[in-house]
Formats: sequence, C-alpha cells, structure tokens
Amino acid sequence: MKWLYDFSYLTRAIHEGLSTRFEPGTVVILEMVLVGITFMLLFALLGLVLVYAERKVSAVIQQRLGPMRVGKWGTAQTLADVIKLLLKEPLINKDADKFLFNLAPFVIMIAAFMAIAALPFAKGLHAIDFDIGILYVAAVSSLGVIGILLAGWSSNNKYSLIGAMRSGAQIISYELSVALSLLTIVVLTGSLQLSIIVESQANGWWIFKGHIPAMIAFVIFLIASTAETNRGPFDLAEAESELTAGFHTEYSGLKFAFFFLAEFANMFIVAGIGATVFLGGWMPFHIGSWEGFNAIMDFIPPIVWFFGKVGFMIFMMMWFRWTFPRLRIDQLLTLEWKYLLPINLMNIVLMAFLSLMGWHF
Amino acid sequence: MATSAIIFYTIAGVMIIFSLLAVTSRRILRAAVYLLFALAGTAALYFMIDYQFLAAVQLIVYAGGIVVLIIFSILLTTHINEKLEKPAPGKVFITAVLTLGGFVLTVYTLSQHNFIVSDLPQTEATVSHIGEKLLGYGEGGYVLPFEVISILLLAAMIGAIVIAKRKASDS
Repeated sequence: MKWLYDFSYLTRAIHEGLSTRFEPGTVVILEMVLVGITFMLLFALLGLVLVYAERKVSAVIQQRLGPMRVGKWGTAQTLADVIKLLLKEPLINKDADKFLFNLAPFVIMIAAFMAIAALPFAKGLHAIDFDIGILYVAAVSSLGVIGILLAGWSSNNKYSLIGAMRSGAQIISYELSVALSLLTIVVLTGSLQLSIIVESQANGWWIFKGHIPAMIAFVIFLIASTAETNRGPFDLAEAESELTAGFHTEYSGLKFAFFFLAEFANMFIVAGIGATVFLGGWMPFHIGSWEGFNAIMDFIPPIVWFFGKVGFMIFMMMWFRWTFPRLRIDQLLTLEWKYLLPINLMNIVLMAFLSLMGWHF
Repeated sequence: MATSAIIFYTIAGVMIIFSLLAVTSRRILRAAVYLLFALAGTAALYFMIDYQFLAAVQLIVYAGGIVVLIIFSILLTTHINEKLEKPAPGKVFITAVLTLGGFVLTVYTLSQHNFIVSDLPQTEATVSHIGEKLLGYGEGGYVLPFEVISILLLAAMIGAIVIAKRKASDS
C-alpha cells in the first residue's frame, strides 16, 4: 500500500514497465494515451457522482427525498439517465450552422480537459506540473466561453443567443476576480507552480496562515468561481424561467450530455484549484506541535484529503445554488465591477504588505 | 522520424490548413473559429519547445481575449444566414499573384539563408526569471518599456471610458 501515500511509485513502475517493452518515442505516446483515458474515466465518474449528489443535496435543502426508485436510495438513477441520453436522437435545427453547432460542445470539453491536467491530485499524481501552473489554468479555462458563444450563435435561436451573450459578459468579468484572488495567495507562495504551492502548505494551509486577506480572497474566489461556472445564483445563461435553457436550448442527446458534463467538470476543476491554493491540496490537516494528532492525520492518504476538500468546496457551491435567488444581469455586473474587483485589488496590496512585514506564518 | 518531428509537422499542417480556411471561408464566424485554431496551434508550438510562459500568454491574449472579442462583435452585428460576397475574379487573380509572389520570395530567402546553430548557454525562461528581468532596472532590465506600455494602456482605457460615458444631458 506504499503507492497510496506516494503515487510516484505507481507512475514510475508503469513508466519502467513500458520502457522495457517499447522505444522511447512510443512510450511517450502510450503514456499520453493512458493519461487521456484516465481523465476520460474520471470525467465520466465525476458526472455520475456529482449529478446524483446535486439532486440529493437539493432534495435535502428543499425537504424532499430526491431520486429514490432506481437502485438502493436511487443510486443508479444517473446511470439510467446516461443510457436515456445516449439513446436520444441528435436533433439539429434546419437553419443552424451545422459545423459550429457540432463543434461547440467539444470546445467546452477540450477546455475542461486541458484545465484538469494541471491539477495535483495526490503526491506524485500530477499529469503536467507546469512552472506557470495557475497562469496555465487561467489561460485554458478562458477558452470554455468560446464554446458557449458558438453554441448560442449557431443554434439560430434567440433564447440561445441571449443566453450566450449573457454568459460571455459574465465569464469575461468574473475571470478577473478568480485570477486576482488566486494571485493574492501567489504573493505568499512566490511561485505559480501548483506542486510548490502545495508543498508550501505542509505546515499549515494558506487560508489559516494568510490571516484575514487570505479569508477575503477565499470568499471572493468562491463567489467568482461559482459565477465563472455559470451556476446558480449566477445561472443567467440558462435561466430556465426566462430563456428555456439558454445556450443549450437546441441541443439533445449526447451533445446535451457534453454540456451537462462540462458544467460538473468545470465545477470540479474550480473546486480543485481552490482546494489546492487555499486549503492545502492533498496536504493533511496539521496543528502545530500535536505529534499524535498529526500522525493520525498523516495516516489518511493524500488522495482522500484532496477529494474530501474538493467535495467540501462542491458542497458549498451546491448550497449556494439551492438557497440564493438568481441575480439580475445589472446586479451581477455591479457585484463584480463595483464590489469584488476593488475589494480584490485592495486585498492584494494588503497581502503584499503583510508578506513584506513577515506577519504571516 | 522522431516523435517530436511527427508532432511538429502535425501541428504545422493543422495551422496551415486552418489559416487558409480562415481567409477563404465566406461565413464570418467560421472564419473566426478557424483563426482560433491557427492561434491555438501557435500556442501548441510554444508548449512543444518548452516555452510555457509564452504559450499561456498566447492562449490568454489571442485565443481567450482577441478571438472572444471578435466573436462577440460578430454575435452583435451579423445574422446566421449572412454570407460574405464572393470577390470579383480580377481581384482574386491579383491577390493570388501577389501572395504567391510574396510566398516564393520568402521561401527562397529562407532557403538561401545560412542558419547558424547558437552555441550560447541555454537560459531558463522561468516565470521568476521573466518577472525579474521585466521589472529590473539594472543590466538587461526592461522596467522602462514596461512602464511606458502600462501608461499607454491606461491612456487607452481612459479614452474608452470617455467615449462610452453618457453625457449628463442624455440621461
């Protein structure tokens, strides 16, 4: 069970196993394919689990039971839904731009795949550890909005177009807050590389070590990342009561499933980034010099810590969705440009001052 | 052929095809999407030579910024059924001759040039290195151009706000 605590044993074993059988060039390609398949499986699993979780969380908040009939406690409900989606006919509008209509779901999925590759899941379980980590995530996650814009325009439907325009304005504005709140922590770490950011939290997570500015940055990150993933209370892009389903009104079957899956994948990615930067990634929870307590925390494998923290972040986002009413578009833009952005800029200056004075732990 | 060569030629081929499609397509949004692919291909090349900072900047500025801006303005101004007019045959002929001439000239010059492989030590282009150089005021520092550009951007931003600002009498 040594590999459970350090995945580099497992990855090294796979690499050596492949190297003895194939040439170096082939090994690189085989490993790329292997990583790709792993992420595809992860996305499929995430979709199944998170859809079920969303329905159960919303049910608890609204004092219902949620899905109960398929399988024990309705656990097989999402599997049944997947089969239903796969069997649906893929419809395309007569006057739709077919090429862009078919391309749009893939653009969103590709952006999600590129972003998830940079997440450190556990010790040694990290697909690509870029020197520019956070910058890379910000860069590729800004590509997802193109898929939404294309989907809205190519559907040749006014609801879709309005949804896409709203979503575009929203994502472009809230990207700023997400990036700036992450930068607040980068001031402390001194590096953009995600593995170094995780290592720097071995003696305490940044949300505790960074005092009040880190707390403010965390709250801003939660709000802005919820908005960036187009989830309630910021789900103006799909606002069912006004726009049917917004940018994906005309989609059906598998392509609709892609949009649906991409929403949950993006939620997982922002939760993962938040957990890595603010909550210590896969680092266990340690308290100062409590040797016994720390040893017990170390016993829990890093991957469990990571998924636990991500689960916590996702639960918070679901909680937002099912308790807050939807914002109007002017309220949404006011919140970002008149409140979050100025607070964020002041917060960075405050954090830089704290860091210069050495007042953080 | 080495794996890196195969990857390079794949990316280069994709870039050439999409660049051609971007200028020949008669549907303007499709042209914008082809342009996006060509720009993303450039970022892929930067990733290939391990210059990750430039690749991320390419993605943020061109793919995430400029192409989104282009798509936004297309969304606001055109309808899905609109197609660009076919250019007159004479224009097509002249443009083709000019571009082909330019292409042949460039390829000829490149093939005649004697490229020298640099034997200077490789410098690492890490983010911290770039940051120190960008704000350095010593030997090889770029703080003056950096500040001048930021003043230019500030001026552009103020200009945009002044243009967009409603006069008191309008409201």
